[in-house]
This record gives sequence, C-alpha cells and structure tokens, in this order.
Amino acid sequence: MKSFANFFKTKKTLINVIFAVLLYVLLFLSFNKSLPLEFLNLSRTNQSLAIKMSYYIILAVSLNMVVGFLGELSLGHAGFFAIGAYSGCLIAKLLVSMGIPSVPAFFISCIIGGLAAALGGFLISSSILRLSGDYLAIVTLAFGEVIRSFSKIIPGLGGTIGLMDIPGFSSRTVEFTCSFILVVITLAVFKNITNSTHGRAVTAIRDNTIAAQSIGINVKAYKIKIFAISAFFAGVAGVLFGYYNNNIAPSYFTYNLSIEVLIMVVLGGIGSIKGSVIAAIVLTGIPDWLRNMGSNKFFNFIADQRMLVYSLVLIIMMLFTSAPAFINFRKKLFGNISNKFNFKNKNKKTAEEVA
Amino acid sequence: MTVLETKNLGIDFGGLHAVSELNLKIEQGMLYGLIGPNGAGKTTVFNILTGVYKPTFGTFYLNGENLTGLSPIEINKKGIARTFQNIRLFGNMTVEQNVMVALHNEFNCNLFESIFRLPRHFKVEKQMHKKATELLEVFGLSKEKDVLACNLPYGKQRKLEIARALATNPKLLLLDEPAAGMNPNETAELMDNIRFIRDNFNMTILLIEHDMKLVSGICDELTVLNFGTLLASGKTTEVLNNPEVITAYLGE
Amino acid sequence: MEKLIPTLIDGLNLGSVYALVALGYTMVYGIAKMLNFAHGDVIMVGAYTLFVCITTLHLPLWLTFIIAILVCSVLGFIVEKLAYKPLRGSSPLAVLITAIGVSYLLQNLALLFANTKYGMDKQFFSSFLNLGSLKIGNVTISGVDFLIWITTAVIMVGMMLFIKKTKTGRAMLAVSEDKGAAQLMGVNVNKTISITFIIGSALAAIASILFAAKYQFVESTMGSLFGIKAFAAAVFGGIGSIPGAVIGGVIIGIIEAFSTAFLPGSVNAASDGFAFVILIIMLVLKPTGLLGKQTTEKV
Repeated sequence: MKSFANFFKTKKTLINVIFAVLLYVLLFLSFNKSLPLEFLNLSRTNQSLAIKMSYYIILAVSLNMVVGFLGELSLGHAGFFAIGAYSGCLIAKLLVSMGIPSVPAFFISCIIGGLAAALGGFLISSSILRLSGDYLAIVTLAFGEVIRSFSKIIPGLGGTIGLMDIPGFSSRTVEFTCSFILVVITLAVFKNITNSTHGRAVTAIRDNTIAAQSIGINVKAYKIKIFAISAFFAGVAGVLFGYYNNNIAPSYFTYNLSIEVLIMVVLGGIGSIKGSVIAAIVLTGIPDWLRNMGSNKFFNFIADQRMLVYSLVLIIMMLFTSAPAFINFRKKLFGNISNKFNFKNKNKKTAEEVA
Repeated sequence: MTVLETKNLGIDFGGLHAVSELNLKIEQGMLYGLIGPNGAGKTTVFNILTGVYKPTFGTFYLNGENLTGLSPIEINKKGIARTFQNIRLFGNMTVEQNVMVALHNEFNCNLFESIFRLPRHFKVEKQMHKKATELLEVFGLSKEKDVLACNLPYGKQRKLEIARALATNPKLLLLDEPAAGMNPNETAELMDNIRFIRDNFNMTILLIEHDMKLVSGICDELTVLNFGTLLASGKTTEVLNNPEVITAYLGE
Repeated sequence: MEKLIPTLIDGLNLGSVYALVALGYTMVYGIAKMLNFAHGDVIMVGAYTLFVCITTLHLPLWLTFIIAILVCSVLGFIVEKLAYKPLRGSSPLAVLITAIGVSYLLQNLALLFANTKYGMDKQFFSSFLNLGSLKIGNVTISGVDFLIWITTAVIMVGMMLFIKKTKTGRAMLAVSEDKGAAQLMGVNVNKTISITFIIGSALAAIASILFAAKYQFVESTMGSLFGIKAFAAAVFGGIGSIPGAVIGGVIIGIIEAFSTAFLPGSVNAASDGFAFVILIIMLVLKPTGLLGKQTTEKV
C-alpha cells in the first residue's frame, strides 16, 4: 500500500496516468464506433494502422534508448524484432494449440519473445563492448543481417516463407487494448529508467565516459543492460507484429526496417521519447493517408517514394540539428535552445538566472 | 597510519620511462603535494593510481591493500577518487545531478526496483538528495544546484568536480591542479575548502599544483618529480628551499 | 578437388574488387575520420552509368569508362561538400546518420530512375569486355580476371607511391595524424579531404567497371551489401593502411568464394549471413586490424 502511495507521490505521474486512461477510453470508443461524431470513429484501415503504429512506437522508443540515451548507434534493431517475433510466435502457436486462450498466450509470448531478444541484445553487446561508434554500428548491422539470413535456414522457422497461421486476436478492440497496454508499459519503463539513479548514470557515461569510470560507474554493465532492455522491447514489438500480421517471414526483417525506425528516432529528436512516439505515428500514417487523399499525383508520388523522401528528410534534419553552422544560425534566431534536442533535463536554469 | 604507499612504481610508454622508481608514503589526514615542471609525469602518476594506466613496474597500496592492476571502477570503489586537469564534468546534467550520480554506489538500488518504482527507489532518491545538498552546501554551490554543469563559471566547475569526487566517499582524494585558471580570491577560497575537507571529512589529499602560493600555504609534505624521477621529497619548506628543486624549476 | 583452383580464382576476383572499394573506405576513414556509408553506393552509381552509356547511348567503351569515373568523382565531391563538410566538428553519431541518409538517397534515386526508365531495378549487361582467355591444364583464366588482378595491384602500388612521394599525399598523411596541426602547418584541410573523397570515388568507379565486366549486372542495392563487406575488409587489414585494405579485401573475397562453393546447398541461402558472422568475429577480436595501430583517448 505504501508503494502505491509512493507511485502517486509526484503530481506528474498522476497526470500521466489520467492522460493514459482518458486516451484509452477515447480510442476504445472510437474503435467501437460509438463516438457521437462520425468522423471521430476510426475506419477499418485506420484501426489496422493504429496497431501498426503501436509496434512502431515500441520499436522507435526502444531504439531511442540506445541511440539517444546511451549514445550508441545500433543498426540491428530489425534483428531483435525478428528474434522476438520468431520465438514469441512459435510459443504462441504452441500455447494456443494446447488450448490456452489467445490473449493470455499473447502476453506469455511477449515475455518469452522479449526475453529471447534481450538475450540476443546481451550477447551482442557484451561481445562488442570494446568497440564504439562506427564499428559498433557496423557490428549491429551485421548482427541484424545474420539473424535474417539464418532465419531462412534454421529448421522449424519455415524458410523464406516463414511462420504461417500465427494466432490473432478475437477482435480489433481486444487487439487495440493489448497494443495500448504494451505501449504504455514501454513508455513507463523507459521513463522510470531515465528518471532514476540509473538514468543519471547512463547520462554520465554518455557525457564523459572517463569521468563516469572515475566515480565508479560500471560503464560496461550499463551498456549491456540498456542494450538488453532495448532489445527486450523490440522483441515484444515483434510478437505484436506476428499477432497483427498472422505471418512472419525473413523478408519483413531487413536492414530497411532498422533504418526506418532510426529515421523515426532522428525525426522525433534524438533522445526525446515523446518525439519518437509522435514520429512513429506520423511516419507510419503518412503513406496511407496520402494515398487516401485521392488521385493527387504529388501525394501518390510521395507515398510510393517514401524512403526517398525519408532519406532526404534525414539528411536535412541532421544538418539542421547538428551542423555547427546551422546551430549558430539557430542560436542567432531563437536564442539558446541548443539543448532542446538533448535529453530532457528538468528544472535547468542558466547561471545568469540564478545570479 | 599510512593511507597510500607506492613501491618502485613506474611506467614505460614505448621505451620512454614516463615515471620510474616512485616511492611515496602518505599518512592519514595529510595534505600532500606533487609538484614538478611540465611533463614531469605528475598526471601520469594520478592515472596509474586511479587505474587508467597499468603500471609497468612496482605496486601501490591503499591502507595496506594492494590495488595494482585494478580497473578505474574498482579502484574508486576501494576508496580513491580524483579530479581532472582538464575538467570532466557531466555537462548535460545539473550541478545536483552531477553529485547525485556519484552517490550511486553508496545508495544502491537495482534497475528492477527503479523500473517498478519500488519503495527502495524512493528511499534512495531521498538519501541521495539529502547528501548531495549537504555536499553542495560545503562548496557554496547550493544556489546553483539546478544549473547545467556546463553553464557554471570556471572556478565553480573546479569546485563541483571536487564535490563529485568527495561524493564517492573516498579514503584518498587526488586533485589535479585544482587552482588552475582561478583568480587569487578564488584560490584563497579553494584553500579554505581543501582544509575544511581534510578536517571535517577526515580526508587524506594528494594534489598536483603549479600555484606555489597554494602549495606552500596548505601542503604538509611535498614530492618533486622531474623527468619521471623523484627529485626531492619531504617537509614543504625544506623541499622548496632545496637548490636542486630551484634549478629544476628555473633552469641552470 | 577440381573445384579448388576455380574457387580460388573466383575469390581473387571478388577480393580484388573488394580491395579497390576498401581502399576508398580506408582513405576516407583514415583522413576524414568518418565512415562513409554511401561509399558502396558510389559503385552502384558507377555501374548504372556504365549501363546507360553502353546499353542505351551505345558510346565507345573508353569514353564510357571515363564518364563513369568522372560521374563518381563528381558525386563524391558533391556529397562531401553538401552533406559531410557542414558536419565537421559535430558528433560522430550525426555524421554517421547523415552518411546513412546519403546512402539511402542514392539507392532510392537509382531505384526510381531504373523503374521509370527500364521498368525494373535489376539489369543485365551483355558482355561488353571480351579479352579472350588462357587455358592451363583444366583451368581457364579469362582476360577479365587478369585485368582485375593487374588493375588492383597497379592501383595499390600507385596509391602507396602517391601518398609517399607527392605533396598532396603527404598532406593527406598530415591531416590523418592531426587536423589542427596540419592546418597550422599550412595544409589546406578542406581541399585535402575533398581530394580524398574524389580519389576514393574514382577508385569505386574503377571497381564498378571491373564488377560490371565480371558479374554483368547492376541493381540499386548492389552497393550497400558490397560496401559493408568492403568496409569489413578495410577494418580487417587495419584502417588507414593501403596494403592492409588490399590484403583484407583478397582474404574476404577468398573466404566468401570458398564458403559459397563448399557449403552444402541447404545452408547456402544464408551465405551472406556467414560473411557477416566472419565480419563480427573479426571486428570483435581484432578491431585494429592486421596492419593498423592502436590509439587511446588521452586523459
């Protein structure tokens, strides 16, 4: 009971909880087409899109944990997604065939898929601890490709066709409820990590590794832990994807997917969890929304060439946020907001304000 | 009681003897100075004592325990903390967070407890907050506790680095040029701070410094290094009047 | 046993092309201290240029080669100026992500071009370079094989002499050691890095000519995988070392040829996977490479 009291100790937590509940109720009604205004009710395509957005949110937020929070570039997120999808969906098929209902089977599979992916994250991160920067990026990329290639030849995974007949949910509302729960858990876990002594330790490592070691922070252990937790949630997203798609195959888990998620992270602002959520929603929705806007040639072109557009946006984004010349330009225009793109730091003031 | 003892400590960088045959003996509660011209190997000694470099020869002991070859993290846990010549603060964290993060080994809660916000998480946060506030008080940084470390003025950054090192509860504190870049007023204040730490925290301090006023003002004993070898060692006034030391500093 | 020598020849061919690409990586990484993710895609651009010139424009071969080299060099120059130069001095993460963006942009532009122009991404060359062949016992070595080996060897020696003997080469060495110091000594750092990118891209163009002559196809994604393996070769040989890049390239080529030839068919679907396993093992065990040097951060 005391811990429950603690939970609501901060006003902010309470606001977040109320917000999540309200959002859920609203979306639930919208899914059931029971809102008074017709345009507020989600169409079938948008319902499906909402599930897709859920696993992209989980992917983007978990990748941001490594890229924005830990400060290392991982290009193998699709690999963890794949590990989770394969192991989780195999378990789900087994459980459902044993007569366990699909929702409990789903959550058990999520845990197992997540743990399998976390194990992958643990193995890869503990073997590449000596590396950093570019080399680490290449190794994670290679890891993702290894997982995809090997999923074609490991017996029991269905070769290039992959796993078929993965159990699904009985209705869209159930599917939505489960996805919503997973997204909330993901966000809560990452928020709780960043706003804790462990969050400070990781920020310290990113800011200055040598100083972090000098005050006894175990750099290696933290890198492994963050990699493993990030991989865990990528794996959970994989199980959700399997349930949503009813089929998983090696061709879904390409390097392109890792890059797509990375683009979401960069676009949302490296280090910003809120930004990742928004970017995941917008980038997942845009191609479909543009196509539905009628036969406008320009919109159709953008919808078809989204990777082309994304890559351009990615370059422009990086130049705008990171190029020294642009930063100076921005400072001149808007004053000092250079920290806007770093990890949120509450209550920060400048020395002048205090004095 | 001897806090730090080094025995024939030495390190080679590709055949160059950066430090050789160094024997130090620092007693509990002592303010010990390590001085010498630029490039004499002073910071290298600090890097050996904190595990950044592994010594090629010799051993060193903290309270009689052999720490040679341990990693920087283990050495910090055993009780040696340091500051850096070129300040290494966590610039994107606030002043208070800089100190709190250094307390994480003392007030321990695991990742699981933080993720699920178990009672221990809140207890630890509270303890850290309290201790950090006390430490910042000592260094007169309470007013700036919510300022990002990178926005602090230079002199206060040096002080914050000392506060952060102290937060790890060391038995021996290594200060690498604490007064560098400070004006005379700030230096005087710093000298008071250092004495205060020694007396109130019961601390043993080894410091590198070029500011002779600070060295002669607060150090009990000195060791002078030149080209990686020991030139002189002993009581501060004796060492500073040693003709060899004067030659090393001023040239022939 | 009779597969042994042909496989070795395959490996040498593949490895020599890797080596040329690895040279570009090693130069750019050594001098500009950045992983040019888009380097592999420059080969793809070179190969498409060849394809358009040969198949659609029916230009003479010598002119085709010159155009390909020019296109790639100009591309390398522009990419460096527009995307990488503004980021000099910012975090390595930002540079790396931008490079990935450039790589993706090139791939998708090529895809768009191929789809609009030819209706399909993957295109095949008719064999445009016939140089006869040499038969020794049961083994046939084609003229193209010889061309590949000789070109790689000549370029390796040429590059080593260029770095050692010319003013520009020594400026490159200086920039790779210490940008700031080089600038103070009067080296034009920006110009030197530009030249590095131009040379690297020209080497990629040559690699694309040899690749097209030997394997006779072009595809928008051909550069990314190829580029990553070539980067692995550069790392294996030791970043910054010219002979290292060539040795690394040849070794990776031979390993790949042998694993494709001798692994059972059931696991061949994962042959790229094995190449990446080797890459991971190499990077984990020996990140400084065969001929590289260790550096540590100064405290």
